[in-house]
Amino acid sequence: MSSIVSVQNLRKSYAGGFEALKGCNLEIEEGEILALLGPNGAGKTTLISTICGITVPTSGIITVGGHDTQTDFRAARNLIGLVPQEINLEPFETVMNTVRFSRGLFGKPRDDAYLEKVLNQLSLGDKKDNKIMTLSGGMKRRVLIAKALSHEPRVLFLDEPTAGVDVELRKDMWEVVAGLKASGVTIILTTHYIEEAEAIADRVGVINKGEILLVQEKSDLMAQMGQKQLQIDLTEPTEDIPAALNSYALSRSDDGLKLTYSYDTKGDRTGITTLLNDLQRAGLQMADIQTKQNSLEDIFVGLVREEK
Amino acid sequence: MNMTAVKSIYIFEMARFFRTITQSFVSPVLSTSLYFVVFGAAIGSRIQEVEGVSYGAFIVPGLIMLSVMTQATANASFGIYFPKFIGTIYELLSAPVSFLEIVAGYVGAAATKAMFIGVIILVTAFFFVDIQIAHPFAMIAFLVLTCVSFALLGFIIGIWAGNFEQLQLIPLLVITPLVFLGGSFYSITMLPPIWQTITLFNPVVYLISGFRWSFFGTADVGIGISLFAIALFTGICLAVIWWIFKTGWRIRQ
Repeated sequence: MSSIVSVQNLRKSYAGGFEALKGCNLEIEEGEILALLGPNGAGKTTLISTICGITVPTSGIITVGGHDTQTDFRAARNLIGLVPQEINLEPFETVMNTVRFSRGLFGKPRDDAYLEKVLNQLSLGDKKDNKIMTLSGGMKRRVLIAKALSHEPRVLFLDEPTAGVDVELRKDMWEVVAGLKASGVTIILTTHYIEEAEAIADRVGVINKGEILLVQEKSDLMAQMGQKQLQIDLTEPTEDIPAALNSYALSRSDDGLKLTYSYDTKGDRTGITTLLNDLQRAGLQMADIQTKQNSLEDIFVGLVREEK
Repeated sequence: MNMTAVKSIYIFEMARFFRTITQSFVSPVLSTSLYFVVFGAAIGSRIQEVEGVSYGAFIVPGLIMLSVMTQATANASFGIYFPKFIGTIYELLSAPVSFLEIVAGYVGAAATKAMFIGVIILVTAFFFVDIQIAHPFAMIAFLVLTCVSFALLGFIIGIWAGNFEQLQLIPLLVITPLVFLGGSFYSITMLPPIWQTITLFNPVVYLISGFRWSFFGTADVGIGISLFAIALFTGICLAVIWWIFKTGWRIRQ
């Protein structure tokens, strides 16, 4: 697979000396959905803004479809659609005129049939002659997406598309994104909702303090998350773990009331049944048991904490 | 050159003008009529002819210039400031357009709006006073150049302004005084000699004088100097705008 967006050693520092991006490298493959995860202020928006031409990089090279975003900005930007984080829309204009304007800015000839198709896909068809100020927040967000799609881009950047959006609309948004992917558009979205990355991304990138910490296939990340823990609560504290249970590599809590067993759900045998039998044989009375799974969140929080 | 983009910006901006068409037309017609009632009829009847022209007719070019300059500046500054204010500027910055195309779209629309208003005032004036236009082509040329150059100035103000107060600041503190003191309502030859000299540092004098020449064939300063002054002003504005986009000042960090 070839990269449609390539970011090499990208740095961005501001006049005050603040370094928002500290040498980022990123290859985005054609047709994938990449989720960029990071806490607030991690540099997600700066990275996107720099690729899209809103912010000028301090150093580094960005190409989109093989076109340098600095020296060949027209060809590069022609391929890009951007949905910003804030709802920035001309309140007094109608939906259709606003979308038409966006298409025109990208030098594409007027094509109302195509624009109506886009609006219909986003369930905005019946709102096309409404003024933007009369729309709800969720609909305004869809208008932003329609604007970004108005010039038939090959790469779509969604900057926190579901920030401050209710659960139902978030699901709708995911469906829209899935539909776009099916039509061949490459999608990069930033988010600080892990479940969002989990739900729709092919690959996940983690960014913090201006550095990209990792970019991995979501399935690989999920494999790491296959690790589960079984926690056994005992009725009476145990001083030490009986020798008969050595093979399970149990860990004991300080008060001796909890034993934890780690196992792999993808293994042939989890060893849970034999462990429970052996516990009984060793004379330990169980009060409760529970299992816990590593989530993307744990990995993410772990990575971000390591940074600190 | 992305002409489709220029056209899109132009159409989008003109739509703003036509949305408020009543205000756009009524307010200049009303204010011009008031000027004619006050200066033309009430005061003007007691003023003798100025440079061989009745006072009512004499103020017509100045009145048009006054409105055109303020309208061109206000429209262009608002046109580019508003996207900055509401955030839609991201779209301009991420679109495949050059600074030339952005300026052409916004300044073209602002200049067109100012032209509209200039023409409306001229038409209104015909109802009040008897005027003839000695050099119609020169008149149109001066009008167009003034609209464009002040729209360029407005564009710079719109980029510079950080809030609505600053947006009003330069038009209020600089342009309006310069226009009023630039001979809109009088000939600078009516001033004491020392003030005549000081007035020559006011660039607006050259524009109004040249414009008045196109109506009556007489002027305070030579027509060549007037043309040179307006060309110089346009050139300076263009250079500043080129620098703004080159450096990304106040728009692209």
